Amino acid sequence: MTAKSLFLQGMKDAIPILVGVAPFGMIYGVLALQAGLSLAAAQGMSLVVFAGSAQFVTVKLIEAGTPWFVIALTAFVINLRHALYSASLAPYLQHLKPHWKGLLAYVLVDEAYALGITRFEQPGSRLQRHWYLLGAGVALWLCWQVSTAAGIFLGAQIPAGWSLDFTLALTFIALVVPSLKDRPMILAAATAGITAVAGYSLPHKLGLILAAAVGIAAGLLSEKLWQKPG
Amino acid sequence: MAETWLTIVLAGLLTFGIRLSFIALAGVWQPPPLFQSALRYVPPAVLSAIILPEMFIQDGAVVIFPVNPRLVAGILAIGLAWRTRSTFLTIVAGMLALYALQWLGG
Repeated sequence: MTAKSLFLQGMKDAIPILVGVAPFGMIYGVLALQAGLSLAAAQGMSLVVFAGSAQFVTVKLIEAGTPWFVIALTAFVINLRHALYSASLAPYLQHLKPHWKGLLAYVLVDEAYALGITRFEQPGSRLQRHWYLLGAGVALWLCWQVSTAAGIFLGAQIPAGWSLDFTLALTFIALVVPSLKDRPMILAAATAGITAVAGYSLPHKLGLILAAAVGIAAGLLSEKLWQKPG
Repeated sequence: MAETWLTIVLAGLLTFGIRLSFIALAGVWQPPPLFQSALRYVPPAVLSAIILPEMFIQDGAVVIFPVNPRLVAGILAIGLAWRTRSTFLTIVAGMLALYALQWLGG
């Protein structure tokens, strides 16, 4: 396949996913304005950060008056899972020039990774497949920017009483629960969740970072304990 | 407002750095195995650490009784996600349950 047709194929394959991304982007825009961000900052975060879940949490923390370095650290922890994607795609992108690596890293959101890795793992020549990943990433990027703008536009008209912030917890539930495939995973999730509730009143909202660390440690420890022979 | 922009730029740089990390390092440096197995637990740990406070905490305190609508709607959503594995159903049913419980609770 040519570079252009791979790019277009990536965009096309992203379309069904956009149906789920667009409402999320709109809700982000609404919540950002409700949290007191300016129009420019609300849209700017979608441009600069481009990571749905981290943006939701960042907006909540800004609203709560959390210090900037704690917010940045929290965003870092939330997006740490992208290191998994980076490691998993690295062998397929090794031959590319630095500007290509940078561009693909910028659009490497969860959904772009999911599409990209599926394509890279198919048999056949892999030399041009970064165009497919770029196509998927660009489609997701455009959708995220436009839906953020739509949410900002609607923001003023949607009352805070609609509890739209709860969609964040529900989206994460839909993501996490099906991924809990073994006991260490379940234990990591449960320990982190309980620690986060218990540590909720820690200064500067540091509870989330502590909870993540405790959860990861619990997962690693139980993996050692329950390791099956062979 | 300046602090908000500082936060945004810093969060953006960190996010970009994480996504670029291994792509840029490929062929130069391999992470130790312990780090790689630890990464596997990052998504469930981080996401659960966001989910559970959203369900349990109301106005800065843990609320179980009287009925906490977010807790009940969240438990329902967890059950649905487990059984159906459908993102759409989990979110829509969770929000409808929350609205119903808020309406019943006045």
